[in-house]
Amino acid sequence: MVLRDHLDLPGTKYGCGIAQCGACTVHLNGTAVRSCQLPVSAVGSESVTTIEGLSEKGDHPVQQAWLEHDVAQCGYCQSGQIMSAAALLQSNPNPSDEEIETGMSGNICRCGTYLRIREAVKTAAKG
Amino acid sequence: MENIKSTHSRRSFLKSSALAGGGLMLSFSWFASAKAADKMAELNLPEQWSELNGYIQITPDNVIRILCPNPEFGQNVMTSLSMIIAEELDVDWKDVVVEMGPHDNVKLGPQFTGGSNSVRMYWKPLREAGAAARQMLRQAAAEEWSVPVEEITTKNGVLLHPDTMKAAKYGEFAEKAAKVPVPEKAKLKEPADFSIVRHSQKNVEGMKVVTGQPLFGLDYRTDGMLIAMIQHPPAFGMKLKSFDAAQALKMPGIKDVFSLKLYEEGFEQGGFDTRTFNNLLVVVGNSTWEVMNARKKLVVQWEPKGDTTDTMGGRGGKREVVVPGKIESTSAQHELMQEYAEKPAQQLRRDGDPETAFKNAAQVIERTYNAPFLAHNCMEPMNFFAHVTPEKAVVAGPVQAPGWIEPTLTKLLNLPPEKIEIQMTRMGGGFGRRAYGQYAYEAALISKKVKAPIKLIYTREDDMTYGIYRPMYTATYRAALDADKNLIAFHVKGGGIPEHPVHANRFPAGAVDNYLAEGWAIPSNITIGAFRAPRSNFNAAAEQSFLDELAEAMDKDPIEMRLELLEKAKKNPVGENNEYDADRYAGVLKLVREKSGWGGADQGKYSRGVAAYFCHNSYAAHVVDVVTRAGTPYVERVTSAVDCGMVVNPDAATNMVQGAVVDGIGNAFYGKLTHKDGVPEQSNFDKYRIIRHREAPQQIDVHFVQNDIDPTGLGEPPFPPVFAAVANALYKNTGKRFYNQPFQPDIEKQI
Repeated sequence: MVLRDHLDLPGTKYGCGIAQCGACTVHLNGTAVRSCQLPVSAVGSESVTTIEGLSEKGDHPVQQAWLEHDVAQCGYCQSGQIMSAAALLQSNPNPSDEEIETGMSGNICRCGTYLRIREAVKTAAKG
Repeated sequence: MENIKSTHSRRSFLKSSALAGGGLMLSFSWFASAKAADKMAELNLPEQWSELNGYIQITPDNVIRILCPNPEFGQNVMTSLSMIIAEELDVDWKDVVVEMGPHDNVKLGPQFTGGSNSVRMYWKPLREAGAAARQMLRQAAAEEWSVPVEEITTKNGVLLHPDTMKAAKYGEFAEKAAKVPVPEKAKLKEPADFSIVRHSQKNVEGMKVVTGQPLFGLDYRTDGMLIAMIQHPPAFGMKLKSFDAAQALKMPGIKDVFSLKLYEEGFEQGGFDTRTFNNLLVVVGNSTWEVMNARKKLVVQWEPKGDTTDTMGGRGGKREVVVPGKIESTSAQHELMQEYAEKPAQQLRRDGDPETAFKNAAQVIERTYNAPFLAHNCMEPMNFFAHVTPEKAVVAGPVQAPGWIEPTLTKLLNLPPEKIEIQMTRMGGGFGRRAYGQYAYEAALISKKVKAPIKLIYTREDDMTYGIYRPMYTATYRAALDADKNLIAFHVKGGGIPEHPVHANRFPAGAVDNYLAEGWAIPSNITIGAFRAPRSNFNAAAEQSFLDELAEAMDKDPIEMRLELLEKAKKNPVGENNEYDADRYAGVLKLVREKSGWGGADQGKYSRGVAAYFCHNSYAAHVVDVVTRAGTPYVERVTSAVDCGMVVNPDAATNMVQGAVVDGIGNAFYGKLTHKDGVPEQSNFDKYRIIRHREAPQQIDVHFVQNDIDPTGLGEPPFPPVFAAVANALYKNTGKRFYNQPFQPDIEKQI
């Protein structure tokens, strides 16, 4: 809420408020966290990256892979999906299908774009 | 055949004008008798919805700006509708810029996203608009170059006169073209000549999505905007009695706490003006966090609201509908539904003499299917911005039908339509939920009360427990077989809370000599509405599961059995008003049989189930392949065949079908919203299970029937048959039939 309301960074979405849907995923020192469960006091001097800060021109390999596979339908969950995928690939550059499934299962896509998300993560891993 | 006829009879006029700074703006308007989707026809559409129009703008430097008339909720209309215009205009897709249009039913047509209608409603008008603009540009060039207009060709936004080697970009003639009289008629391209339509184009908002640009209603903000939330009653059937806001008002950032009526007594509601709770308790403050915290400090007394009366408007005049006040629970609802299922019901269709046929049958098969309420659970919860002053209202947010909320806002705010500006933001999902404008009305009334720009936000809990749900349904199917196991009679009796699900004129109606369809309904205070393929989503689940069981009893392959019935429906159709085309229905079954290798060698690995359905003028069939994974059934692979006529944007259409399949699997396995003493027992994603990544199939192969039929619906048709294909595959996997949605609890019982 601080991100959206006070810092004017609306790319991070509100979906559930209880860390069940992943729409609000950001990076805390490069690790994917649910910002809805992250009080400002816990951030301290650590570095928070939102979708707006993932790349300057939308050219992060994960963003490019998302465009290549034309993943989005409504698009609302996708910034969270992208942040989860980017963190997953940061820690595991060549995830197996099973590792992708596990790594991405905290992010709900109500439109059901999971197959394309999986393909996009694989493309980003190669790229 | 009815459903491939043109959906518009056209009397058109077009207007053109020069853009400031040079260039052509073409606005076009059609007065058409649009053949509305089945769902729309049943409900009260304002008359102006049969009017269509849109905008094309061309700048001198050849930028083609297209305004998308229809709201976008992920069905990708900003791309597909613009592709249709660009195709006939004959421009380079790279030069096209797409923007969402404002709400303007006069200039931009019905602007309704729902009923799988966007492409099929706008297909002809947008093609004709593009073609007319191209014709005007050719005319302008012909005059300038002093050559016959017939000799001027176009390609990728360039005008050419081959004999004199003259060429010019559209932009160079845009201003002159704006002065050319609008042609009565312009020639449309042959589908074979399409170079944009039927060729996959990327989502025009793709980059904005992946970079987190503010596209959605929740992202919308203005200077001085306050945040509002509503505290709704904890249970359906309750209302606000009294409240003490003293503590809440002392909380930081809080501006006001008050109660507000949504509709005054006797307010005439349109078909989509569903109200869940009428007395709103509202908290307004500076930020979301502050309002949420203050809301927790409210001290509120609730009381049973008792029976209430809705006054419904519509073409047939006003009618009063009593909404019972009784507090409801799922278990009691089930019992009541069983009671009603035994009572006489409304006859919806009758062919032949079903009673005698059943009496003379060698075998009667009877099965009952049940399904719960479902919450839409759009990823972006309901929200709306409103700034209402005595002079005008500006409202903005996610809405499927701006043209439906305008008349109601007009009445609620006592402002004329021209003083109400509705902006449509990209919707974080819709699924039917955002066809109901209650949250927009609430926002407008709150803004009017606090005299400030506000944004009303529903939390996930508000959204899920303050819903307009998919109804609770049941249906009992009976089939009569003769001694040779031929199907001689078919009977469906369906009911629900608060509507029945039966589409009486759909397959297998028309294919069985003796046929009876009946429906019944139980009134309720739990609010319901359209949910991706309303009624069809249950009908297909039940009927297509039943047909599978029937095929087994008839010793027939389930695809072959359906094809035989369809053959009969084609050659000797029974009765009247059969909605479907038997050939196209058979077409998707044959295609899915071929593409899935049905009956082939690899069945050994998979437990396979098949189902098909017709709705929204389109046909879909799926073969679902289940494996046992970690001791539990898992849908690993799906093959889909769809006939929706011409496919405008194949890759995006494939995405939508894949999504419908995932959505169907998820709801079939997990979807349910239950009530205890009127309180929804699921209020967030910890209790309401949505399909996740690891539960989605590994592979969904989508195949479209190739034909040149004008496009029909796509967003909904692939969804309903998924449920039954899953149930039928689960039967093969577990040996048990699945009659009650969601299936997961029964699966767990078996394990």
